[in-house]
Amino acid sequence: MATEPITGADIVIRALVDQGVEVIFGYPGGAVLPLYDALFKQNQIRHILVRHEQAAVHAAEGYARSTGKVGVVLVTSGPGATNAVTGLTDALMDSVPVVCLTGQVPTHLIGNDAFQEADTTGITRPVTKHNYLVKSITDLSRVVHEAFHVARSGRPGPVVVDLPKDIQQAKHEYANHANQRHRSYNPQVKPDRALIERAVEMMAQAQRPLFYIGGGVVNSGPAASQMLTELVRLTGFPCTQTLMGLGAFPASDPLSLGMVGMHGMYESNHAMHDCDLMINIGARFDDRVTGRLTAFSPGSKKIHVDIDPSSINKNIHVDLAIVGDVGHVVEDMLRVWKARQAKPNGKALAGWWDQISKWRARECLRYRPSDEVIKPQYALQRLYDAVKGRDFYITTEVGQHQMWAAQFIKFEKPNHWLTSGGLGTMGYGLPAAIGVQIAHPEALVIDVAGEASILMNIQEMSTAAQYRLPVKIFIMNNRWMGMVRQWQELLHGGRYSESYSDALPDFVKLADAFGWTGLRATKPAEMDDIIKTMIETPGPVIVDVAVDEKENCFPMIPSGSAHNEMLLGPEDQRESPISEEGMVLV
Amino acid sequence: MQQQIERHTISVMVDNEAGVLARVIGLFSGRGYNIESLTVAEVDAQRHFSRITIVTSGTPMIIEQIKNQLRRLVPVHRVSDLTIDGPSLERELILVKVNGTGEKRVESLRIADIFRARVVDSTIESFVFEMTGSTEKLNAFINLMQPLGLVEVSRTGVVAIARGSEAI
Ligand SMILES: Cc1ncc(C[n+]2csc(CCOP(=O)(O)OP(=O)(O)O)c2C)c(N)n1
Ligand SMILES: [Mg+2]
Repeated sequence: MATEPITGADIVIRALVDQGVEVIFGYPGGAVLPLYDALFKQNQIRHILVRHEQAAVHAAEGYARSTGKVGVVLVTSGPGATNAVTGLTDALMDSVPVVCLTGQVPTHLIGNDAFQEADTTGITRPVTKHNYLVKSITDLSRVVHEAFHVARSGRPGPVVVDLPKDIQQAKHEYANHANQRHRSYNPQVKPDRALIERAVEMMAQAQRPLFYIGGGVVNSGPAASQMLTELVRLTGFPCTQTLMGLGAFPASDPLSLGMVGMHGMYESNHAMHDCDLMINIGARFDDRVTGRLTAFSPGSKKIHVDIDPSSINKNIHVDLAIVGDVGHVVEDMLRVWKARQAKPNGKALAGWWDQISKWRARECLRYRPSDEVIKPQYALQRLYDAVKGRDFYITTEVGQHQMWAAQFIKFEKPNHWLTSGGLGTMGYGLPAAIGVQIAHPEALVIDVAGEASILMNIQEMSTAAQYRLPVKIFIMNNRWMGMVRQWQELLHGGRYSESYSDALPDFVKLADAFGWTGLRATKPAEMDDIIKTMIETPGPVIVDVAVDEKENCFPMIPSGSAHNEMLLGPEDQRESPISEEGMVLV
Repeated sequence: MQQQIERHTISVMVDNEAGVLARVIGLFSGRGYNIESLTVAEVDAQRHFSRITIVTSGTPMIIEQIKNQLRRLVPVHRVSDLTIDGPSLERELILVKVNGTGEKRVESLRIADIFRARVVDSTIESFVFEMTGSTEKLNAFINLMQPLGLVEVSRTGVVAIARGSEAI
């Protein structure tokens, strides 16, 4: 332990190094100059200069979700901190571990409306898992270490540490608090054994069981995914994934039913509705998944495994709640299942799979192909065909393209699919891709984008150029805020209020302006060549794919409807107008 | 599932640090939970513990949510539901100002006596009464004072503790 007093800024750097931090994403300003000075004088931590603080947080999220490590952000006071708020909220909603260091005016000026002062802890309190304002240099090293512990343990999330400038300059001894037990915050990770026994009993008796798995499995780490995969295969039960859980179970496994929810698979949603045992592992009965609550899976018993007790019995009442880390819980389930030599109810299960095959036979992702216009589904199918077998990562923006990407790109492993699920943040994909690429320099990282979303953090093209990051942006350019247009078509009589993407830039020229390569596809026949060129071109590439402007995203459970009231295509859409109750839902 | 609205008194032990009350209140307002009353004070100076007592109402599912959400806050040490964890005591303190002369003034004194309220300030035409008791008892007292010249009320909100030897 060092005894020489060092500056607060140096204490922060020491703590980051002791936490194993290799990269931080940030943007400088007056209130963090001492920290930037400390960064300048060291060479253990790499700083990535973004072009907007929101992007710093999304990049840290991309880094965190593709590595399992904590993402770190450094921004200045006032506007630096307020710009980071969307990213923090995104990380909170999707349970991404992020530590965000914000500069603050010196302690004696706090509350004086000083230049670039904002009440950062006040503003970020509801959008972080926890936050700190460090008012005394003696607390500094403890707080920074604690911030990492809080961000990564339990249900992960963003933590803000607000650092007044005088604290960064004050001197004190550094102490490594990395392994200190917290006095009040110690989330339960090991499940209650008796509950595991009950769960296994229920599973062995089930006639129409279904695994419903979510982002919690991904957050628990690759080992949790592996054990879960083993458990699913051992039981032979079908397994559906949420948007956040894609990749937690191999998509190519015949037991996988694919995505569940509003734009999920027909077979998944019907299985949700008709199952008699739902085994929810690390998902949270989000409204995009449940549809109308009163019609949600009416005949099933429900088991819910979650590390966060407040997720349990929040939207849906469950029959068996197991609090604990997914990894531990699934490990115990496996052990108990094997020890008991449990067997699924073979005859009932075979009947259940028969039923599922009938749903599958509807081929819900079918669309009308075209030789003239590029169907968005076709573009993504070709993209997937070209990247599968490679080490690829997909990030997305928000909209129809996001849902199509979730439907048409298959993930065999966790941590390779990064999308803004809970908050639905347009502008997430490009900075997230940058974060992924920093962590995995050799990998193929593609942001599947919409032409509207990409403009929300387009400035990050400059960041990618600076660090020579070979990220690819695959724009599904339908010239509309497609998802908004789709809802207006379904719910508002086709009055397309402000949803046309007018005055779009020429993305190929834009690529040129930023030092990227720009490509364009306008015909289905060009798709394969363009994708090949995109992949083979070194450095960052933007691909502008002119897709069908009026294509809607199906299948769809209209808001306020039940899982067995899905629309499969434009024909269904005309037949079933959306209910009044559905209209008020988002 | 139709569920009855219930009133619960919840005790929360927290680290007495900056922002902790804002966290608790923000949780209630952000998630649309009710606060009927809230009291807070440091109860252990050595360990810097504050105790927050919240009276809230909601369906059993909401009450369960409230407790779980409170437990999730980093500076929260313990959450106990005094309404269901066993028998408990609830007290409030009230200060009531009553203005009046003549018969009404005498009557207010008489009622205060029955309720064991104390006179803590008086002028020729006013009294300030101090009283502790359950919320219901204080409400009854206020109701009786209303026609006798009640002009102002200040009350603490509920503090509560479990009966018996167990400490939380
Ligand atoms: C920051 C933000 N603002 C607004 C929205 C609402 N919104 C959801 S999807 C969407 C349209 C996205 O258009 P585009 O990126 O072109 O994707 P498309 O749906 O056309 O594939 C909008 C405006 C949002 N999700 N995020
Ligand atoms: Mg679009």
